[in-house]
Amino acid sequence: MNKKNLREEIILRSGVNPKKCMKCGKCSATCPAYDEMEYHPHQFVNMVDTGDIEPLLNSDSLYKCLTCFACVDRCPRGVEPAKLVEAVRLSVIRKQGENHLTANDIPALLDDETPQQLLVSAFRKYTK
Amino acid sequence: MKFSYFPGCTLKNKAKDLDFYARRSAELLGAELEEIENWQCCGGVFTTSRDEVATKLSSVRALKDTQAKGQALVSVCSACHNVIKQTNHAMQTDKAFADKVNRYMAEESDYNGETEVLHYLEMLRDKVGFDTLKEKVVNPLKGKKIGAYYGCLLLRPNTVMGMDDPENPTIMEDLIKALGATPVVYANRNECCGGYIAVESPELAKKRSNAVVENAKAQGAEMIITACPLCKYNLIKNGADIPVVYFTELLAEALGIKEDANE
Ligand code: SF4
Ligand code: SF4
Repeated sequence: MNKKNLREEIILRSGVNPKKCMKCGKCSATCPAYDEMEYHPHQFVNMVDTGDIEPLLNSDSLYKCLTCFACVDRCPRGVEPAKLVEAVRLSVIRKQGENHLTANDIPALLDDETPQQLLVSAFRKYTK
Repeated sequence: MKFSYFPGCTLKNKAKDLDFYARRSAELLGAELEEIENWQCCGGVFTTSRDEVATKLSSVRALKDTQAKGQALVSVCSACHNVIKQTNHAMQTDKAFADKVNRYMAEESDYNGETEVLHYLEMLRDKVGFDTLKEKVVNPLKGKKIGAYYGCLLLRPNTVMGMDDPENPTIMEDLIKALGATPVVYANRNECCGGYIAVESPELAKKRSNAVVENAKAQGAEMIITACPLCKYNLIKNGADIPVVYFTELLAEALGIKEDANE
């Protein structure tokens, strides 16, 4: 897919308008996964807007977002960066063979108390 | 008062206490929880993308089933509530998405988000009333200092969840007061425990969970209550050294029906 189409697709899928961003950085300041991310929420917004999406597709940052919606609620412009992170991640994991988590990974992750919720949530975010 | 009840996968398994005490307490408070027949797992976490249809159908089915009965839908797990409420909101506000879903379920009547979706806490506050609850308390939890842990899912995104002020919530503190205990307010009560990141990066889950527990303790909490099995798991797994319990356990204790679990 060419650059322009990918940008359009991500914007349509997420429902986010990156042009609303005023680059205040509050989304990244409140992000609990900030330290683990190569690209931070405000960078996702800017990179999608400028069509510089390739680095995001290849970055582990896609899998560090907790879907905590802190950036969604605290952005003063209602940009909702988490929806972009998700839309970019889907562009990757929807491709054949690109699942980030597989059933084979599960046994090693289990302990006696692991709630079902943990596994279904992780599969929903990391696997198609 | 009759409600449709969506328990969810974890409440049938690792979080049986959350479910059991919720049902028993509701019964005593005059709220009948009718379990939705053949409910399916909500998926644990909402997929925000508008072209994700199949992952939202289980929620839509539960919502339609509830609508047919003319009831409101109640769940007690933070995650189920979040997913179902966000799905309902998408059905109300995103016409293209709702259209796709309704085509998927073409043999049935259309659904456009008509069902009222309540968390159990909202049922207590808005339908039962904390004052009525207070009158039914036989075993007030005097002197207990309790930190309410909201996490993310109960409150956010606020435009959809609308349960409470997302930065300064009071619903769980009001519950704690109604039960005769003392709420402890601390800054991290609405910050994330790490959630499913426990699978991807256990260190990050540890960092986030510890931040919650340490903050609660520093403000004087001797116990933490939650409505989320994954929050409970993450907090305990990462070394919480004060009890972390479901709010329904505390509720049942104050209502004098706690011991029934072992029958
Ligand atoms: S939803 Fe994701 S990107 Fe947004 S604040 Fe939470 S962890 Fe960070
Ligand atoms: S908080 Fe909102 S406006 Fe500020 S940088 Fe992030 S997306 Fe842009």
